[in-house]
Amino acid sequence: MSPILVAESAKPVVVAQRRSRTGYILLFPGLTWLAIFFAIPFVTLFMTSLQQPVPGKLGKYQAGFELSNYANAMAEYWPQFLRSFIYAGIATLLALVIAYPLAYFIAMKGGRWRPLLLVLVIAPSFASFLLRTYAWRTILADEGPITSFFNALHLLPDDRILNTGIAVVAGLTYNFLPFMILPLYAAIEKIDPRLIEASSDLYSSAATTLRKVTWPLSLPGVVAGTLLTFIPAAGDYINAELLGSTKDRMIGNVIQTNFIEFRDYPTASALSFVLMAVILVLVFTYIRRAGTEELL
Amino acid sequence: MEDLHLLNLTKKFGDVAAVDDLTLTIPAGSFFALLGASGCGKTTTLRMVAGLEDPTAGTIRIGAKDITNLRAFQRPVNTVFQSYALFPHLDIFENVAFGLRRRGVKDVKTPVNQMLELVELSALARRKPTQLSGGQQQRVAVARALINEPDVLLLDEPLGALDLKLRRQMQIELKRIQNEVGTTFVHVTHDQEEAMTMADTVAIMNAGRIEQMGNPATIYELPKTVFVANFLGQSNLITGTAQGRNGDDILVSAHGQTYAVPAARSTAAGDSIIVGVRPEKMTVLDAPDGHKAPASHNKILGRVTDVSYAGVSTQYLVRTPWEQELTVFEQNVIVGDRCSVGDEVLLHWAPEHTFGLDGKQDVHAGVAPEVLDLEAAALALEPRGE
Amino acid sequence: MRFIRRNLLGVIAILVLVYLFIPIAVVAVLSFNKPSGKFNISWTQFSTDAWTNLCGVPGVCSSFITSIQIGIISTLVATALGTMIAFALVRYRFRGRSTTNLLIFLPMATPEVVMGSSLLALFLNLRFPLGQWTVVIAHIMFIISFVVVTVKARLQGLDPKLEEAARDLYANPRATFRYVTLPLVAPGIAGAALLGFSLSFDDFIISYFNAGTLVTFPIFIWGAAQRGIPVQVNALATLVFVVALLIVLGSQLVNYRRRRKLLSA
Repeated sequence: MSPILVAESAKPVVVAQRRSRTGYILLFPGLTWLAIFFAIPFVTLFMTSLQQPVPGKLGKYQAGFELSNYANAMAEYWPQFLRSFIYAGIATLLALVIAYPLAYFIAMKGGRWRPLLLVLVIAPSFASFLLRTYAWRTILADEGPITSFFNALHLLPDDRILNTGIAVVAGLTYNFLPFMILPLYAAIEKIDPRLIEASSDLYSSAATTLRKVTWPLSLPGVVAGTLLTFIPAAGDYINAELLGSTKDRMIGNVIQTNFIEFRDYPTASALSFVLMAVILVLVFTYIRRAGTEELL
Repeated sequence: MEDLHLLNLTKKFGDVAAVDDLTLTIPAGSFFALLGASGCGKTTTLRMVAGLEDPTAGTIRIGAKDITNLRAFQRPVNTVFQSYALFPHLDIFENVAFGLRRRGVKDVKTPVNQMLELVELSALARRKPTQLSGGQQQRVAVARALINEPDVLLLDEPLGALDLKLRRQMQIELKRIQNEVGTTFVHVTHDQEEAMTMADTVAIMNAGRIEQMGNPATIYELPKTVFVANFLGQSNLITGTAQGRNGDDILVSAHGQTYAVPAARSTAAGDSIIVGVRPEKMTVLDAPDGHKAPASHNKILGRVTDVSYAGVSTQYLVRTPWEQELTVFEQNVIVGDRCSVGDEVLLHWAPEHTFGLDGKQDVHAGVAPEVLDLEAAALALEPRGE
Repeated sequence: MRFIRRNLLGVIAILVLVYLFIPIAVVAVLSFNKPSGKFNISWTQFSTDAWTNLCGVPGVCSSFITSIQIGIISTLVATALGTMIAFALVRYRFRGRSTTNLLIFLPMATPEVVMGSSLLALFLNLRFPLGQWTVVIAHIMFIISFVVVTVKARLQGLDPKLEEAARDLYANPRATFRYVTLPLVAPGIAGAALLGFSLSFDDFIISYFNAGTLVTFPIFIWGAAQRGIPVQVNALATLVFVVALLIVLGSQLVNYRRRRKLLSA
């Protein structure tokens, strides 16, 4: 008889961490690389954004403190800025709506097919990004079935999809979809299926269970997925270039052409710097509000 | 083979002493169990012996050899890990051969096969650990450690992951292996039954110190602290005051009743003394039959509040007039009616089964907190029923 | 009702998967096309010309090889550096952990156009000649974080008791690493390397900023998009897709077989 049995609770795995020089030695090369080629470039980017033209020499710039570069750049290119965030925002929402059922299906109903289904989600990235984007020109072609279908319903303002903002958003949605699916899957997979059974046992309909149990528990995945979709989409210019018209250009296009074609380095740098700043602010406020700081 | 000595061993994590000035000698060839609740320091002690944790202070010796500053891989000590820690990428043979290969032993085939034979796993030598059942993995873990012929084999909750039936089987199996190889086994567990059935010496640990050490029967029959009385099995403890002697017995008065406690069985220093008795040592009598109890016995009147029939025995909860709940186990050898809830009963037991503990201790020491909570909840619910 | 709903979810899931593969099907089908004009956009006529003459158009194969070379070098370096960081993060205590984490997180949260342009700003200011090495430097920089994350996950999933068991069984630190840690973490490192290579091979934006006159495969496609993408590009992309898919499916199959054997045992 042993009525007093003290169960040894499962202790969390604590990895013995050593404090020694080895740690620093392991960190040094990689972090140095990131410091020199990722962190310091932001400083040079900022400095470049303040440069002034060398008088008389086109495309040559010297050190300066031209804050007006920012004002000028924003005055000229604010529509592209705004458009970038709107397109990326719409694409992110669409991706969330498309990705959620698939992620849920793989996580909850995938069973032994899960690894294969996940490979299928990643597989499209094995084919060239540019070619996949370019393929949408074929799919959305003016005489193609999709455009004809929407035209028959008179849903298209310009009677076409290609070379409009719709095509750009469609391309962005498609291209960054795997970045939405995978974090969603990871979060939903962690949900104990018994919680969903418990919810239905406690008088929830399927819709209520989704709203009150599944969705809140998958929030970390939603936050990670929307960020991983939104950030690259906002900075992308491939979709706008290949699928849109000149009226649909995004801020990435402007930075790229200013940097590489016009060689207007200060303007391009200022735009790049603002884009990064805006994204960082958005990301941190978003993570705060969603209460998922541990994602960092 | 030589004894394992722990001298003033201390391990602090921050300000908390997990192991507090522990001095202990584990005789060579013994099957030694360190028993304690989770967090009592038993696993930390084991890990220090294994070399997986550095002591804050103190010395570990095997015979005369100081091994305190040797790294884990330099010590003649091997461990059977909790949940086994078998290498998943190596098959059973290579798992068992691992230690030999690291020490540069040329011919591993013969010893490995012998060892697999000892644990009856020869047929599975080329399987991977995940293809084995829990009991089989357990035996691989033992074989992998024992093949190195360590001076001391450490077992960290080795049976914790097995179900009850398999656990009983493995207890016997481990005892057989220990008999066969004669190595010192140091076994850490929170399962008192496991400790008592397997070990020849049990040390009960609490808050980084050894509360009591000895062979299982001695500790059970004569606990020296409240913690041991409550932690190892169950005890009924009544606080009272020593009133004088009657021959070899101390007479203790508590709640208007006098109890005889053999002086040799008391560890109380002052007059404040806790009278203790194990539940199975008590006999229950219907109050009207109370005169049948031997005159020399200690007696308590009370009312039955619960009867739980458990096959071999029946457990009674008896409420005393001073609202203490006592537990009594009775073998189911009585033919006919047992006492039922509400009956007035007389409990009696022989003075030589009584033990005395120092009264300055908390009578709840060693009781699992969940049990205390349950008792409190039961008391809170009671009035409604009456 | 419940039956319909359950199947509805499955149908949607399959439709989404099909959607993911439509553009790839287009790319593959068009690799067998014989376009009438410069632009290989709509189906004209079946032909295997591109497949029998993969390098038939100047620049296609040389850019393809350039991308493979850059991918291999970048992946090797980034995998080594990233794996070291992952080990340090999981196994060692050090000062500046939050800065380190930030430095690893930020490259994944930075739009490529920003990384590409800021790195170009650095190279321009240093008057560093653009070309293969600037692209390699850039690729290593943005792959490291992905390697760290992948290897770290694997390391964290590793039961520390296994290494303790090795130490207990007479393995010194080097032997522990060689015989226990490394074999157990290797799949994670291999996965990180594959991921790194595919990121490098397919990168356009960062490469374009820092390539100067160097032409990688994506840069070749970008340039060709204006004047018509050669069918050979479709064929090569299809080939890469199939090979990559076979590698991944193959490793999955090995895993699956192993598990099956385990169950039948």
